[in-house]
This record gives sequence, structure tokens and C-alpha cells, in this order.
Amino acid sequence: MNGIVKGLVGLRDWVDDRFPLMQLWNDHMGCYYAPKNFNFWYYFGVLSLVVLTIQIITGIWLVMSYKPDASLAFGSVEYIMRDVSWGWLIRYMHSTGASFFFIVVYLHMFRGLLYGSFKKPRELIWILGMFIYLSLMAEAFFGYLLPWGQMSYWGAQVITSLFGAIPFVGETLLEWIRGDYVVSDITLNRFFSFHVIALPFAIAGLVVLHIIALHEVGSNNPDGVEIKKHKDADGKPLDGIPFHPYYTVKDSVGVVVFLMVFAAVVFFAPEMGGYFLEHNNFIPADPLKTPEHIAPVWYFTPFYSILRANTVNFFGIPAKLWGVIFMGLGTMVFFLLPWLDRSPVKSIRYRGPIFKTALGIFVVTFIILGYLGMLPPTDMRTLVAQICTIIYFLFFILMPFYTKWDQTKPVPDRVTG
Amino acid sequence: MNKLICALILWGMTGLALAAGGHGPALLEANVNIGNKTSLQRGARLFVNYCLSCHSAQFMRYQRMATDLGLDDSVVKDNLMFTTDKIGDTMKVAMRPADAEKWFGVAPPDLSVIARARGADWLYSFLNGFYLDDTRPTGVNNLYFPDTAMPHVLSELQGYQQLKDHGEEAGHASHAAPLELAQAGKMDEAEYRQATRDLVAFLVYVGEPAKLVRYRVGFWVIAFLFVLFVATYLMKREYWKDVH
Amino acid sequence: MSENAVDPDRRRFLTGTASVIGGIGAGLAAIPFVATFQPSARAKAIGAPVEADISQLELGQRVTYKWRGKPVWIVRRTPEELAELESLGSDTLRDPDSQESEQPAFAVNAWRSEKPEYLVLVGICTHLGCSPNFFPQPGLEAMGADWPGGFYCPCHGSKFDLAGRVFLGVPAPLNMVVPPYRYIDDTHIMIGEMEDGAA
Repeated sequence: MNGIVKGLVGLRDWVDDRFPLMQLWNDHMGCYYAPKNFNFWYYFGVLSLVVLTIQIITGIWLVMSYKPDASLAFGSVEYIMRDVSWGWLIRYMHSTGASFFFIVVYLHMFRGLLYGSFKKPRELIWILGMFIYLSLMAEAFFGYLLPWGQMSYWGAQVITSLFGAIPFVGETLLEWIRGDYVVSDITLNRFFSFHVIALPFAIAGLVVLHIIALHEVGSNNPDGVEIKKHKDADGKPLDGIPFHPYYTVKDSVGVVVFLMVFAAVVFFAPEMGGYFLEHNNFIPADPLKTPEHIAPVWYFTPFYSILRANTVNFFGIPAKLWGVIFMGLGTMVFFLLPWLDRSPVKSIRYRGPIFKTALGIFVVTFIILGYLGMLPPTDMRTLVAQICTIIYFLFFILMPFYTKWDQTKPVPDRVTG
Repeated sequence: MNKLICALILWGMTGLALAAGGHGPALLEANVNIGNKTSLQRGARLFVNYCLSCHSAQFMRYQRMATDLGLDDSVVKDNLMFTTDKIGDTMKVAMRPADAEKWFGVAPPDLSVIARARGADWLYSFLNGFYLDDTRPTGVNNLYFPDTAMPHVLSELQGYQQLKDHGEEAGHASHAAPLELAQAGKMDEAEYRQATRDLVAFLVYVGEPAKLVRYRVGFWVIAFLFVLFVATYLMKREYWKDVH
Repeated sequence: MSENAVDPDRRRFLTGTASVIGGIGAGLAAIPFVATFQPSARAKAIGAPVEADISQLELGQRVTYKWRGKPVWIVRRTPEELAELESLGSDTLRDPDSQESEQPAFAVNAWRSEKPEYLVLVGICTHLGCSPNFFPQPGLEAMGADWPGGFYCPCHGSKFDLAGRVFLGVPAPLNMVVPPYRYIDDTHIMIGEMEDGAA
């Protein structure tokens, strides 16, 4: 036993002489000081890493049996579900993982809004995070075509059609993106390539950058105070604790709880009532027949609602193009958050009533938009979606004003509880 | 603050309520139990006798069905396999899709995952929703799938139903049972309901054979994770004694 | 918290317990991923037993069937060839009595078959998996004057007799494999299935 330990230590030292092994460990785990007052909301960062790992591993396995061919794709998914031993489990983990990725990332982003984690000096972390979010949306969109069901097909048809709204070059661009006159086998192949190679690389790389940037400036916390301001004689933050072992053990509890919820869905409700796996996607793609009602998967629906809410031509620009513009702005506007927020405090704990109200209204608006996006439009629903779209953008446009006027409470010097 | 939250929730709920609402007659409840092997076996028999001549289940293998339904390969070969003699084959259909399209106007869909696309209740309602209609080429129409191209294949079992309140347009959507038997079949009403319930149960099983195992595996996975949760929680509490 | 004293033994024990349970969990989670590599139901269905018709097979001829993706040969041997097989022994063959090779129990004999006349053989060399050539003619010029007739693997030069038994002095270690099979009737063989139903 002692011999083995000695051997391992020797190996570590041998590598450490040639590679900054211990330095990396200390910088990111052993000597990375994190605030000691992380609460519930701080689990979702590590959980998104867990889901990313699940998606990559199950994805590798799915590719072993999936066929990216329009005539075989649907059947190959059913082949995985039936003929491959345990294939159903791997497929359900991947399909459930897609939805959980967004659940976890949305909650992670909401944490940022709650505690001002995007504010100086963490603007770049936020921007990198937004790039991850956009890549994730692209990844999910490309992946959703692969089962080649009716929703896959018509969803891709509709979303690629958005590019047709661009003046002058739209139609040409559209054919260029699809590689055909409609979404076809050719489109399926290139989406497959993006989904399994290009975007996973991009996401993994961005995640590394996101974490490096975070560990450079240090983590925010529910009080929004900088723990680096108060250090002890050794230069360690007084309110900080080493990430390892304190947060590794704490996060492992969170990960296990998360896995229980995840397993509950995978084993007992993988379709999640049609929200995670849509019923119409069990009908093979038919380019000649659109299903009665098509809706994107739930994580896209807020933006889909904004797209549909544009029904009026104005400034000489057709409603279709406005829809695309507003949907694009709706996602991009998050990038500006660090500069739109003029409040002197970070955490919601010390902000005034206006910001709290605004954030509350925004969350409800986002959820309503998401809900409406899953339903077929009616006049009434379109009107509600239009009102919500306006509120959605007002949250951002008015932010510089209401965050400046809002009363704030004094921020404590050190973290509380 | 609390009042504000209440107001927000109320406002949100109005938005959601606006969005609700459906159309078409309410579906009957199938109440299938795929854990009941004899029900699945009866359903399988109905399926191969009445459905499989036109509809395939091209992703479902006979052998898988034999294993899952607790039947011997030889029993399946002798009683349930008409289109092939290889137990490892899937449930294909002899009819060519092009012919089918000529005869019915549409190719009968593959039924492998139909229960996942339509839902058990819809299938059950559909099978119980045929009624006489002279205006249709098949002589029947369907309450839940108006103008369906499918003839009433199970008519020898059910007989034929007709619309109640014939001639009076008003009110039959809200009527509890808008159909009544016009011509008796081999089965009485309760027998036919049970038969269609068995058939739908079989289709639900065919839609996802893994359903038979995934609940059981899921239970053990979550039970294991619970043990792991206790272990990690105790470990976390121990380490966090250091943090004041 | 009243008891803040750190007990290192307790801490080590709890860390160990959690790590061991977590490790077991990781191991269990790997099972389905490993299991997916097994032949799928489709592969098994394609590899199902194959029925061979030998009613047209003339003396000295060979037919080839595909079973589990591999060539399976059926050779109808002449009485002279059978006599030759019985004369070969351990001075020329590596495993003349098929003690170490793979075949059904009924094929442990000089002609390695159920009915002496008909040889059923997986046409894959036991060296590195090539499919040998069929050279039934004794004394074939290319094979040398002492060639009794048999199979010759062009990849690495392994030689087998007309029962698929490997000769001495060639790279192949074992006799060629006889698959499970059974006679449905006098003219039909089911390859891949035995009398008791075993595959």
C-alpha cells in the first residue's frame, strides 16, 4: 500500500516537473478561495457542467447507432430504442439532458440577475456565458432535426426560413443554408456535423474560458461583496474558503440530488407530457404535410413568441423581418446587461423595490411568452404576446434609468450568514 | 412585497388561462395496463388478425414480443406470424405502400410508435368512434377522426354504431354518448370495449417496449442515489464544521 | 453548532464511504454503456439460422451460404476423399482428432461432420480470419505433389485438409470451425441451430 502511494506521488512529481499540474490544481481547486456564503442558486454552475458531461458521453454512444440519412434516421432512433441493449436509456438520458441543460442554464443565468454577477468586474464572464448560451441554442436546434420526425423537420423548416426574411439575399441564403430547396437529407447531414463536432468543440472551449475568467476575478456571492477586499495576514480572503474540499463536498450533494431528479424524469416521465419529447415527433418527417400545430421545444418558446408577436409592417419593413429582428435582439440584449445596469449595488438583497418589481415582472413575462409559444396563436394570445414582448424589451431599455433612481440599502462590508 | 408577488402570480395566471382550451369531442379514457400480460396477449392477437394486414409495425420484432409477453417462440410462430417465418423479423406487411395508396387514398401509417404520437386515449376513442355514414366511400365515419380513410375493420366484432339525435344538429358535441348501436356484432358493448382496450394496451407496449423495464430500473437507480445522497450529505456536514 | 471539534477519523471514514459508494455508482452507470456494444437484436436477427438446400449438390462440389455474415461451406465429399481423410494422422496434422478445435460433439471424428459425406464448415481461417481457397484436387501442381486435397489460405499460407483440419508447419493454430447445424430432412440443413435448439 505504502509502495503504491509512493509510486503515485513519484509519478505526480515527475509530471509536475514537466507540466504545471499542481499549479492548475491549486489555482482552480485547492487554493481557489470561494465565498463561504454560497446558497441554493450557486449549484447550477456545476450542474451545467454535469449535464454537459452527460450529453457528451451519451452523444458519443448515440452516434454509434444513429444514421444521419433522411431515409434511415427515424428508423435508427427506434433501432436505438428497441434493438440496442440499453439503447433506450442512453437515448432518454440525451433527450432529457437537452431539456435539463436549459433548465439548469436558465436558473444559472437568473442567479446572475439576482446577485448582479454580470456587473464589474465580471462582465467578460457574463459575455462568455452568453456565448455558451447561444451555442447551446444552436446545438439544441441542430440536434432536434436528427430524429427526423415531423417536429424536427418542420421546426428546422420554420427556423431556417427566418433567414429568408433578410432583404435581397434572403432566398439565396436560405438555399445555401439548407443546401437544397427545402430541408432535406443534405441539411440533415450538415446539421449532424455541426451537432456532433463543431458546436460541442465550441461549447467545451467556451466553458473553459468562462471558468478561467471566473477564477481570475473570483466568484460573486449572494451579498455581492468582494471577498478579496478583506484578507488575513497570509493574503487569504477572510470570507473565503478553499473550493476543495469545501465546495467539492457541498457540490457533490447537489449533484446527487440533481441526479435523483434527472433519473426520475429519465425513468418515469421521459416525454414529460410532450414537453421534452413532442408527440408529433413520433411521426416520421413528411415534407408534404405540416402537422396541425407545430411548436418548438419549450426552451425556445419565449423567443418564438416574440417572433410571432410581430404582425404589423412599419417603417417600411415587413412584419416577418421585424419578427426576426426582435427575436435576435431578444437574445442579444442580454450581452448589454453589464452596461445597462447602473445600480451601485450588485445583490438583490440591497436593491430597492423598483428593481425587484422589474425583475419579477420580467420573469413572469418570460414564462408567459414561453407558454404562449407552445400554443397555436389566436387573436387574444397574439395580443398578450405583443404586450409581453413590449414589457420584455422595456425591462432592458428602461434599466439604466430605474436602476439609477432606485433606492438601495447599505451593503455590508463582509458577507452575511 | 407579498402583495406584489400575489398580483404578479394572478396576472401570470390570467395570461396562462387565456391560452388554454381545446377542440373536438372529449376523448374516452383508455385506462390501459401494460403490466397485464394476458391483456397484451389478447391485444397482440387482435393486432395481427385485424391491423397487420394493412398496417405494419416495422420496428417491432416478433421475438421481442414473444419474450416480453411471456410467449414461447413456437406459439408466436404458429399463431401470430402470418407474413414471415423468421422470429427475428419485424412486423412488416405484405401490402405495397403504392397499392395501399391507390386503394385507400393514403398509405396506412406504420403503427410502431402510433401510441406515442396519438396517445392511448385517442386510439381507444378512435376504435370506439366509428358510425354509419352513407356519404363516405367506406360507409363509415369516425367521431374522433372525421373523414378517416380507414374502414371499420372491427365491425364484425362491434357491429355498427349510428349517431344519436339524427337530424338534430344542436347539442351532440356535449352529449355524453353520441353514438348508439345500430347493428349488433359478435361482441356485446362491454366485450368490445375490453377488446379495444387490450388492443390499445398492445399498441402502447409496441410504442415503447422498454416501458416494461424502465420503471423497475428507475426505482433502483433512485434508491441507490438516495443512499449516495445520505453518504455525501454526512460528508459535507462533517467538512463544513470548519466553516464559521 | 455545539460540537465543532474536528474528528479526523470520522472525516476520513465519511469521505471513504462516500467515495466508495460513488465509485460503485460510477461502475453501475457504466454497465449500460458497455452493454450497448453487444450485438443488437437486429444483428442477432440477421445472424439467425440459415436453411441450406443440398439436393442439387454433386459429389466433390461445394456451395457457400452466409451465416452471421461469415461464409459457411457445404462440401459433398467423394468416397476416395473420405478414405484419404481417415488415413491422415498426427504426423501431418496438428489436431487430427479435433481435441482442441471448435465443433459440435457429433463432428469429433475424422471427417468432422454428422453424415460423413457432407462437410459443413465456417470458411474462415483460424489464423487471422481470411477465407481459404478450395483446392480439392490431390497433387495439385501449385500445392506440391503430396497435396491430399483441401483448403489453402492465400493470406499467410495455412493449409487444411478436406475436413478443415490444419496441417503441421503452417501458421494457423487450430482446425477450421464447424458451426452448429442440424438436418431438417435428407436434403435440407439448418445452419446455426442444433437438434436441441441451441445456437
